[in-house]
Amino acid sequence: MDHAIWAEGLVKRFGDTTALAGVDLAVRTGTVLGLLGPNGAGKTTTVRVLATLLQPDAGRASVGGYDVLRDAHRVRQLIGLTGQYASVDETLTGTENLVLIGRLLGVPRPDAKARARELLARFDLLDAADRAAKTYSGGMRRRLDLAASLVGRPRMLYLDEPTAGLDPRSRMELWDLVRGLVADGVTVLLTTQYLEEADELADEIAVIDHGRVIASGTPDELKAKTGAQSLEVRPADATDLPTVASVVGELAGVTPEVDGQLVTAPVQDPGLLPAAVRRLDDAGVVIAELALRSSSLNEVFLSLTGHPVEDTEDDDSEGDQA
Amino acid sequence: MTAATTTAPSAPQLTPRVGLGEGLRQTGTLAWRTLVQIRHNPWELSDFSIQPIMFVLLFTYVFGGAIAGSPGDYLTFALPGIIVMNMLFVTMYVGLGLNTDLTKGVFDRLRSLPVARWAPLAGRITADLVKQAWSIALLLAVGYILGFRIGTSALALLGAVGLLLVFALAFSWVSVLIGMVAKDPEKVQLFGFTALFPVVFVSNVFVPVDTMPGWLQAFVDVNPVTILADATRGLMVGGPVAGPATGSLLWAAIIVAVFAPLSVWRFKRRV
Repeated sequence: MDHAIWAEGLVKRFGDTTALAGVDLAVRTGTVLGLLGPNGAGKTTTVRVLATLLQPDAGRASVGGYDVLRDAHRVRQLIGLTGQYASVDETLTGTENLVLIGRLLGVPRPDAKARARELLARFDLLDAADRAAKTYSGGMRRRLDLAASLVGRPRMLYLDEPTAGLDPRSRMELWDLVRGLVADGVTVLLTTQYLEEADELADEIAVIDHGRVIASGTPDELKAKTGAQSLEVRPADATDLPTVASVVGELAGVTPEVDGQLVTAPVQDPGLLPAAVRRLDDAGVVIAELALRSSSLNEVFLSLTGHPVEDTEDDDSEGDQA
Repeated sequence: MTAATTTAPSAPQLTPRVGLGEGLRQTGTLAWRTLVQIRHNPWELSDFSIQPIMFVLLFTYVFGGAIAGSPGDYLTFALPGIIVMNMLFVTMYVGLGLNTDLTKGVFDRLRSLPVARWAPLAGRITADLVKQAWSIALLLAVGYILGFRIGTSALALLGAVGLLLVFALAFSWVSVLIGMVAKDPEKVQLFGFTALFPVVFVSNVFVPVDTMPGWLQAFVDVNPVTILADATRGLMVGGPVAGPATGSLLWAAIIVAVFAPLSVWRFKRRV
């Protein structure tokens, strides 16, 4: 089949709150879709519908060709879920948690134990195998959550904000693990608030806001649409400011913003950086600071929606962390 | 197996639904999980072991003489009722456990697995019955040491234990409802004990009812705790059995009929 995960017109209301206002999604088999949006945008609700945990008020969705409502049990045999809310039992040890899931999936006890060991080794948790999960650090806990969702060798994996609240090192480690899974052929639906994370991992990104997908495409397409990076130049000498502004403006093709000593312009092509250095050097400008900075989710949002990110704090539907 | 693989190379064999046998096996696995939790949290064991022993000792030696003339006579009167009371308290672990799973996210993980929808609840209740059996055995053993003797037969004793477990099974639905309604595990304990204490004390478990005001006696007479305590006394010590045992089963049926649909309704609203 072409699309491992597919949804059309998903609507979900909680009382007066509309969590999903018609979400359309399609994830090609073997690829990663990054669902990018702020808190309360509908990311978690979408994942819960696709994981058969929540029934939509309208719309249809299928996973591996099976309808999430009519064929929920088959869907559950295909998916793995890791998220803020789909947790391990923190009173049990790492091994016990993984054995529990293996046993629930009908794996005989010795095989479930072997599988637990194999996953704990892969996720660098063997030393903590016999400790209660509540004693784990944040990064270890996420790795155990991820391991727990992989016991049944799922074809589709949902990662709901897998790195929220993690330090940069743990975040990179988790990214590497996810890349490994994708290399094994798993289809991944990733939700995140970080543009950088979606950019690193996703083949395609769908930007979600107020329960609706407002933009989608490859990371490059999306960046081209929004100007994913900004070029920042600060001359050592304030008298060079007009020269810098004109060089940057010419390269970026837009009028740059001048804020005090700092000249900023959105750019699409990272290859502009060396060109900027050359041109400024030729003009005899001494540069105090020169940088190409990734746009934040805020900037992407501003450019797509015309309004900045607002964190909506309704809710039973979305986790309040991060 | 040499390398850790995450995906099966071949297309997985999918089943359309969970079979009954599979569901029962999953229930067993989830009951095992609940009992393993006790090993990691010995305080819970003390909750349903030390606490009931303390109740027996306190009531027998502090109130016993004043109420029944001697601690020995009081024990014969009160132990069956204390067993009933303890059984009701232990059912609260079902709601407590479910609420913890709901608030911590374990429940969503379980529901995302191809597991029978009823298995998580059935697993909790099965584990609870093990705890119940343990508590009853412990109370009878402590009672025996203090001088309590079964005045009937082994068969009647088994009948008493069976009746208590059936009632526990029914009363678990009250606990499930509290677990579904409460926002967090602390509230489950608060609601549970607030609801249980008056029902347990306004009964004939601890004292004969003659000194209570008439309107209170009217409540005591229909209180399921009184009726079940009477049946347990009848089966363990001697006395009428048929009436109170039938009454207990009737109450169990009423409790299920009221609280099971309410729990299911709250559950659907919550998840």
